[in-house]
Amino acid sequence: MRVLLSGDEAIAWGAWEEGVAVAAAYPGTPSTEILETLATLPGVRAQWSSNEKVALEVGIGASMAGVRVLVAMKHVGLNVAADPFMTLSYTGVGGGLVVVSADDPALYSSQNEQDNRHYARIAKVPMLEPADSWECKELVGEAYHISETFDTPVLFRVTTRIAHGKGVVELGGRKEISPRSMELDPAKWVMLPNFARERHPMVEERMRRLVSYGESFPGNRMELRDLSMGFITSGVAYQYVREAFPRASVLKLTLTHPFPKARVLDFAGRVERLFVVEELDPFLEEQVRALGIEVVGKEVFPRVGELSPELVKAGVERGYKPSFVSFSAIPQRPPTLCPGCPHRGVFVVLKKLKMTVLGDIGCYTLGALPPLSSLHSCICMGAGVGMVHGAEKAGAPGGMVAVIGDSTFYHSGITGLADIVYNGGTSTVVIMDNGTTAMTGRQGHPGTGVALQGGGRRVDLESLVKGLGVNRLRVVDPYDLKTMEEVFREETEAREPSVIVTRRPCTLITSGPIGTFSVDEDLCIGCGLCVGVGCIALAMVGEGKGKKSRIDPHLCYGCGVCAQVCPKGAIGEAEGAS
Amino acid sequence: MLHDGVVNLVFCGVGGQGVLLASEVVAQVALEAGLDVKKSEVHGMAQRGGSVFSHVRFGRKVYSPVIPLSGAHVLVAFEELEALRYAPYASPQARILVNTLEINPATVLSGDATYPKDPLGMLRDHFVHVEAVDALALAQKAGSSRAVNSVMLGLLSRYLPFALPLWLEVLGQRVPAKAKEINVKAFGLGRELSS
Repeated sequence: MRVLLSGDEAIAWGAWEEGVAVAAAYPGTPSTEILETLATLPGVRAQWSSNEKVALEVGIGASMAGVRVLVAMKHVGLNVAADPFMTLSYTGVGGGLVVVSADDPALYSSQNEQDNRHYARIAKVPMLEPADSWECKELVGEAYHISETFDTPVLFRVTTRIAHGKGVVELGGRKEISPRSMELDPAKWVMLPNFARERHPMVEERMRRLVSYGESFPGNRMELRDLSMGFITSGVAYQYVREAFPRASVLKLTLTHPFPKARVLDFAGRVERLFVVEELDPFLEEQVRALGIEVVGKEVFPRVGELSPELVKAGVERGYKPSFVSFSAIPQRPPTLCPGCPHRGVFVVLKKLKMTVLGDIGCYTLGALPPLSSLHSCICMGAGVGMVHGAEKAGAPGGMVAVIGDSTFYHSGITGLADIVYNGGTSTVVIMDNGTTAMTGRQGHPGTGVALQGGGRRVDLESLVKGLGVNRLRVVDPYDLKTMEEVFREETEAREPSVIVTRRPCTLITSGPIGTFSVDEDLCIGCGLCVGVGCIALAMVGEGKGKKSRIDPHLCYGCGVCAQVCPKGAIGEAEGAS
Repeated sequence: MLHDGVVNLVFCGVGGQGVLLASEVVAQVALEAGLDVKKSEVHGMAQRGGSVFSHVRFGRKVYSPVIPLSGAHVLVAFEELEALRYAPYASPQARILVNTLEINPATVLSGDATYPKDPLGMLRDHFVHVEAVDALALAQKAGSSRAVNSVMLGLLSRYLPFALPLWLEVLGQRVPAKAKEINVKAFGLGRELSS
């Protein structure tokens, strides 16, 4: 059957057809849909793990126990999982193990645009890069073949345009893969120095064998057309090259690590002008240059952001300028906190108290944008918790808190909080508990007790925090600004570590609006303070002295945060509202 | 307008308007008509109440999932400001199908930016074929304000070489069963419109 699938969905189907029995991930754009799809297919035990490191460790355990495994994460997730990943390269696998890294060039939904192809080199593992949904599904099979033949994890690297692009895929049936037996072989699985020393030469030898495998690998394909121009390319960049220069010759690389030197030399010898087209870093280009081949690459193609057919063309043809209609002064439409979002009130209060707020990744990172402008750092998951302690140790003045989401706290906040307690810190950590992993599309996490395929048990947040030695624990309603203000003051002044849980469900997991507010125009003085809470249901209408605030009843969720900041009591619950 | 090459459609609007669902329907129709199809969009943070787009391409063989600048044959805009934002992807000869709806972005609500005075006029200055339709009114006439995307699909269907029964079959599969009748009606109202 031919169907239209995203790259993520195609990877999941490919894994299912290859008999994958266990899959684990932490949600992260653009990788999330892989596990969401796998979870619906029969015979696969799919789970959300607390974080990517745990997901990979679950995967390694399942592989050691003999079954085929898939572990998926976004690019920065592999940083979290890098520790087991590096040594997994030494141990090798039991059942085939594929790690999907979904990179995000152009940072559609990420804090950096690191190029994870480098991980394949650092870890010395083979890497496959599909160029569309069709290849995503087909190459998964290749990935398990390589993993089990060469006793290695395989890095399966996609980018946003592959992961979230859709294309035609032919679905097949599931292979019956009998599990291998679990071998308790210390020389393979116990990486004590004396055993690891023995494994490292085996890793190097494995890479040598993979080089010759890659030289004859059909996915590393030479497409000879017009020989005056040749492109070495991989992933989605291949599609852009075909679009921009349909008649040019192409060496399409799919097994991009280890680098197929002989193939490249052969191709380079056949074409007149040689280009390397790849997104982000000159990963392939530097290896081409190391062969002493003259090539054009990053001096004409950008290192930052995504490529496009136009950028490929502009790099090759000097003076090429695409013509298109464009309008100036188009107002931006940045993502915003939803109407009724429980994070909004927290930031309104933190802003009023002029607190320094050290945060991290989640919907709440949007609190950094105007008009709230009250989140002051975002490095990685959990970073705010360690940072607030560091800033305290440095003697930073004024009120200061860390903010972290509930899902993020289970991902990376627990160890940071233990660090504060252990080292005698007095910092305040605000856990913004909206009962879900919101940004990636409402996935469960340990605090919800809702597992990916049902079942699951809840890890109680308050017990966990208390167990870490935090004696001051307050739970507040983020719709109640007055109480939040009091609690924030008290806890930041206390000379011991404290945790404030602001608890309200994400509006996307509730059954809908809880009411509607409206503005009494006779009372409204047009000061605009309500608009300062940054809710798209609120707008200022009219000119000059007639300027009034107005609430769109179709967008209002009924949280009442705007009503609490109005100095004139002009905002109240609309009549007839529930 | 279908030729030997690839047909390019850009859908755009605001998160929550059903832009991605509409693009799914067209892509599925093209697939069932036996064509190669590719589609590109982004999910995640970019979607949170922000500007949303989807590129749909179909033909004998499609390479890039992204449409080149000035390469779209039809721009289907669910909101006027978003039509302006994605206009660079539309060819000057493109059909510009615009829902006459203004949704103020946060930057306008806060007074940091102003909404363009006459987006439709701006579009007409640069494009020959601009069709403005009050899809919300037609959706309400069909029975639900949520059927705006079906109205826009109906309008779009007039310019694509796919048979009506195929459209209705795919549409029926993609909307909730209880909303099927309303969406089919909304699709019909969009399809009956003439420029």
